[in-house]
Formats: sequence, structure tokens, C-alpha cells
Amino acid sequence: MENRIGVYICHCGTNIAGKLDIQELASFASKLEGVVVAREYKYMCSDPGQEMIKKDIKELGLNRIVVAACSPQMHEQTFRRVLNEAGLNPYLFQMANVREQDSWVTGDSKLATQKAARLIAAAVRRVSNHEPLQIKTFGVNPAALVVGGGITGIEAALRIADSGRRVYLVEKEPSIGGHMAQFDKTFPTLDCAACILTPKMSSVGVHPNIELLTYSEVEEFSGFAGNFKVKIKKKARYVDPEKCTSCGLCQEKCPVKVSSEFDCGLGMRKAIYTPFPQAVPNIPVIDTENCLFFTKGVCKVCQKVCPADAVKFDDKDEFVEVDVGAVIVSTGFDVFDPSVAAQYGYRRYDNVVTSLEFERMCNASGPTGGKILLKSGDTPKSLAILHCIGSRDENYHEYCSRICCMQSMKFAHLVREKLPNAKVYEFYIDLRAFGKGYEEFYKRVLNEDVIFIRGKGAEVTNFAETPEEEGKLIVRCEDTLLGSVLRVPVDMVVLSVALEPRRDSNKVAKTFLLSRSKDGFFLERHPKLAPVSTTNDGIYIAGVCQGPKDIPDSVAQGGAAAAEVLSLIDRGKVTTEPEIAVIDEKRCSACFVCIRACPFNAIKFDEDKNVAVVQEALCKACGVCVAACPSGAIKQQGFTDGQIYAEMEGILAI
Amino acid sequence: MERFEPRIVGFLCRWCSYAGADLAGTSRMTYPPNVYPIRVNCTGRIDPTFIIKALTQGADGVLIAGCHPGDCHYNKGNYNAFRRYLLLKKLLGQVGIDEARVRLEWISASEAEKFARVVKEMTETIRELGPLNWGKTG
Repeated sequence: MENRIGVYICHCGTNIAGKLDIQELASFASKLEGVVVAREYKYMCSDPGQEMIKKDIKELGLNRIVVAACSPQMHEQTFRRVLNEAGLNPYLFQMANVREQDSWVTGDSKLATQKAARLIAAAVRRVSNHEPLQIKTFGVNPAALVVGGGITGIEAALRIADSGRRVYLVEKEPSIGGHMAQFDKTFPTLDCAACILTPKMSSVGVHPNIELLTYSEVEEFSGFAGNFKVKIKKKARYVDPEKCTSCGLCQEKCPVKVSSEFDCGLGMRKAIYTPFPQAVPNIPVIDTENCLFFTKGVCKVCQKVCPADAVKFDDKDEFVEVDVGAVIVSTGFDVFDPSVAAQYGYRRYDNVVTSLEFERMCNASGPTGGKILLKSGDTPKSLAILHCIGSRDENYHEYCSRICCMQSMKFAHLVREKLPNAKVYEFYIDLRAFGKGYEEFYKRVLNEDVIFIRGKGAEVTNFAETPEEEGKLIVRCEDTLLGSVLRVPVDMVVLSVALEPRRDSNKVAKTFLLSRSKDGFFLERHPKLAPVSTTNDGIYIAGVCQGPKDIPDSVAQGGAAAAEVLSLIDRGKVTTEPEIAVIDEKRCSACFVCIRACPFNAIKFDEDKNVAVVQEALCKACGVCVAACPSGAIKQQGFTDGQIYAEMEGILAI
Repeated sequence: MERFEPRIVGFLCRWCSYAGADLAGTSRMTYPPNVYPIRVNCTGRIDPTFIIKALTQGADGVLIAGCHPGDCHYNKGNYNAFRRYLLLKKLLGQVGIDEARVRLEWISASEAEKFARVVKEMTETIRELGPLNWGKTG
């Protein structure tokens, strides 16, 4: 069909007409190839302007439209809608930006008019090559997957489930609860962590809309927003959850004792165990690396004592496949291992502990029953708490872990409660008490006879220089307020260690196609305006896996991610980008260049046909593959080589 | 004699540099009218043949402008553009084209001033180099 192009030049009041010779441009445009009509009007975007275009489309049989006006970023959508309302495919349209990038920035009228003429010629040539484009729509599966069952994942799962949607909550450990389950009190309100967390854990466990998959990991993940396929591995527990009554007899009778991960190695657990007594689900697992039956083929005591006959040694890993519409990744963090920083004496001296170990020690249900004890079993008379171990340190992590100042002050307060006469020192670089009620808490601790020393702990040693230092750990530090080097002898040192990306972050990032920022945490789409979205639609991140944060912020992000998921589910549909890449199968040489170039893993290889195939719903229309394809087999709709060449010719021909 | 007005084709990515150029307009900055914008979704879409084609068809220079490294709307399209640009520059050197005629710049949506400055600089540089006339002389 022959091109019948209409060109519409906007005065934009005097914004354009004050600089450009509109009459000359209209007469110039009317002579261009394919142009049937060229008109000018005061405000093209106004109702009369839009009506003018619609009328011409109907009466003059126009099949392509060019508007020379403001930036397409401003009104492209407006005019596309006009075409649509007039029954024309909205992509048979091109805008020439003669305002932002011409009349407003060019001093000389004559040169500005010349530039506009070339831009109009470029738009006319380009639109001559336009083809109608279609947007495809896909439905959204109303179920969600939450990966990671810490406080963030718990919050997200409950929010989604409460709205009546199905949630699959996958947790790697035998129980949900995450790090928060290990904490004693929480700053600044001093709520007991278990008291506020365990009710939420129980809600998750019994919620009719939550399918809880603990001791499980996502093995395979594919699809696109609204339609993901997930393969989950449920590791063998060797205990039948249907039969187990959580009586605990197996754990009591098991003869094997190993150090407990949950207690950071300060306490022991059995080979058949639940990580902690309030575990959800409260079903034990058998640790096959230590179980006598699995290592030596003997014992089976647990099976013998189990009144419910729930222990099954022939249990196998199970694979579950589920379809979901959206995913929240809330995999949390690991803590920095300070043994790599030898100067702090961790693992060399008995009484140097990490903040997480100290949490367990303070916890009433912890290995010491809430007593702060030295390795010898004695009570310390003096403690030093060292801030910023592994964080704000260019040798390890540049970032601030955000929780350590408050956590350290909480420790000081707990020591004051439990050991009223002990001396407590805080060694800090700066005190960052930025949250609600945090500064007030700092003030409170300042008045609790805690000694604050402004200077980072530089070294922990047992090398005594004076008789008072004998048998003590000596913290060396430069007091930056006094400007002098101090030696502070104490009985116990607590290292406030950095929060780090999980050690398996790379694997998780690969599975869910996440990017990671310089510090290794998962990268959000926008640091301010899209804090829980990722560059992949339908995949969200929340909690510390995105960057260090405290419990209130983690819960807020869990809720935010849940809102994103519910918004996607309620929208009920996802649409493809109009300007996606299309592969010409006949020209594809199966070289895989496009597959490697695609930033969104949107191109798959079809083994049967031996060609690359674009998954339309995943393509974000960047065009990287098009420029990369050595065979010229890929075109980007709306940005074909022909269209771009035509635009270029328009600019250069006159 | 009339002053030589170079014609420069500007490939601008829609998310950063095109928006930065728009901002130069809304901020009413003034710069020479010699760069003609072609909007692309991402600088990663720019095939080196576009640049060669532009130069052979009468352009005196080509500007490629995209998001700063790390800011690409499509994660890493601008890195592809950068790699292709380095290769293309080598090729252009081989055929005797001054490398100042093809320029790649990272210009964010807020860097209107940088956009205006780059256009000014490039126009002046190419005005000094004179018309390219590639494809017309041989």
C-alpha cells in the first residue's frame, strides 16, 4: 500500500513558532515524498489539534503521521493514542523534536529552521518504513514464591497470604526464623526477639495459604513475569513430617553430640535435631554427616525410641515443581568471619567473641542460659565492644553495616543489666544512631556508666606490659578525642562484625537473574524510587540481601515487596514491549552471540530447529542482540536498520 | 565565504542522553544546531555500520551518547557500545579518518550542561577539521 503521510507542525504558542519559520517548514514538508498533507497549528496536543489529525486520517486516508513539536518523551504517547482512536496502528507514527532540541537551544532562527527541516525530513523518511506493531498480553499466575524465611520473608509471605493468595515459602535451613531467631533483645525497645518473632513463625506454619518448604532450595527457575516455573529440591529430612509429633524423644536419646550452628558453636546439638526449640516446623532432621547410622551403619536409636514411627532412614531428596507469577528473594546475610583479621585475636584467644556469639550468650534459651561467661566459666569483670569489625574498613567492606552501633549499645545495656559491676567499653569510629528512638537509646546508655572511647580498636593482644595487664586481653586503640594511644585491659572482647552478602549469593543471583552491586548485595532497580524491584519484572528483593539494614527496615521492605507482588497479581496481565527483537530463523547461524549478549537471558536456543529464539515476554527492547548478530538475522521492531538508515538519510540528504 | 557548518549525527539513548539533551532545552541553554539527534532505546543497539554509513552519506562526525557505566537501563548495553566504539575507532584510523570525528560520551539525564558542552566542543573541533566528504571523492 502506498504511503499517505500527514505532517503536523506545532507552534507550541511561541515556543516553536517564535524561533522557526513555520510556514516555510509546512511548505517544505508538503513537498517530501509520500506526504499528502502538511499542516501547522498553534497547539497540536490540544483537543482541536488532535481532532485535526483524526479528521485527516479519515478524510484523506492517511496511513502514517509525523508530528513536529516537543520531545517524544513528552507527547509521543498522546499522539499514539490519537492514531489508535482514529483506527490506525499507533506505531505508524514518528515525532520530530523541534522544541527541546531545536527552537529552545538554537540562537539563530535561520539555522534553527534548517535544523527543523532536516529533522522533519528524517521523521518522514523514517515513518515511511514503519510497520504496524502489536503488543501481546499474558496472564499472571496468582501465586507467589518467597525465597528465604527470615523476618523479611516471613513478613512478605504473611502479607501476600493474608490477601488470599497462595505463597510458597522456601527456606534452606530446617526451620524458618533466620538470624532474628538467634537474637536476644532487639534495639532500641528491648523487645525480646523471640517474643515478637515466634508468633509470626507459627502463623506462617499454620497459614492455609502458605506452603512452607523448609530444608529446601530452588534448583531451577525459568519463565517471565506472571509466569515463572520453579523446581524446588526438598532435602531428605529422614523424619516423616506427617507422623512426627515433635515429642523430642529422638533428640534426647541420640548419642551423637556435635556443635550447634544455631548457637554459633557455643553449644551442642544432636545428630537428629531441630535448630532451636521453637522451630517451625518443629520436625527434626538427621544430619547425615554425623549420624552413626549414616557414617558407621549402626545405632538407629532414634528410630527405636520414636513412638510415632516417624524416622525413615530410606528418605530421599524430593523435587517439587510449582508455577508462580512473582518472586521475592529475601535470603538475608552472613556475618563477617573476623579470623581473617588476625589482629583481633578471634579464634586465637578464648574470650574474643563475635556479636552473634554474644547474642546467643545473652539469650535466655541460649547455650549459657543467658549468662555472660568466660571460657573458664567465670564471670567477666570488664568487657570491650569493638565496632566496625569488617565494615567501614577498606581491607574488607567499605560500607557501614548500619546495625552495629545500636547492637553494640544494646550489648552494653544488657551487660549493665546482667553484670551491674562490670566495666564496659565501647570502641567506636562514629556513632550512628539514626532510627526512630535510636538517639534516645544512645543517651540512655551514655548514662548507664558505659565508657565510650572514640577510636577504632586496632588490636587485641594478651601481651602484658604492666602487672595489671597480666592475664587480660588488652585492646589497643588510638583515642582520637585525646589524641593518644590507649591500652585497655579487659576480660572479654566482643567484635561487632559486619553483615556480608550470603556466601552463596552468586548462585542465587544466577538462579534469579539478579545483578549485584559493588559490595556484593543484590541490586535494586533504583536506589530511591524502586528499592525492592529488580531489572527483571516480577522478581523482587527485600531485606538484608539488598544491603545491611535493621529489623524495622527489613520488615518494611518485606511489606513493600509483598505490595509489589500483589499489585502485579491484581493487574492480572503482563504485556510485551512493542519494540522487541525478532529473529529470522533462515538467517540464524546458531553462533550463540545474541544469547551471550542479551542482558535479560531473553534468548533461548531451540535445539530442534537449531536457531536462537526470542522469548517475547522477557525481551526488554534494548536492541543489544541486533547490533551483535553477525548474520544480520535479528531485527528490532520499531528500530530496524532500515528505519534508522532512513532517519539518517533524511538528516543528511538536504 | 560562508562558515562551514558541520553536520553531526547524534545517536542518543532514550533514558539518559536524550533526556539530558531535552533538559538542555527546558533549561534554555544555547548550543550549536549541528548535532542531529537520532533516538535509540540503548547505545547497545548502535551497529558500527550505522556510523560508517552516516560518514559515507555526508555526516562530518558522529556523536554516541549513553548512560554512565553502571547506569544502563538495560544493565550493560552501554558496555557493548563502548567495546564496539573502541574497535571502530581503530578501523577509522586505518582509513585515515580523524578519531575526533566519532565521539562517545556518557551523559546522564541530569547532565544537560555536559550535553551542551560536548556539542559545542565537537562542532568546533570538526569545523576546524573541515568537511569529511567521504563517499563524494572517490
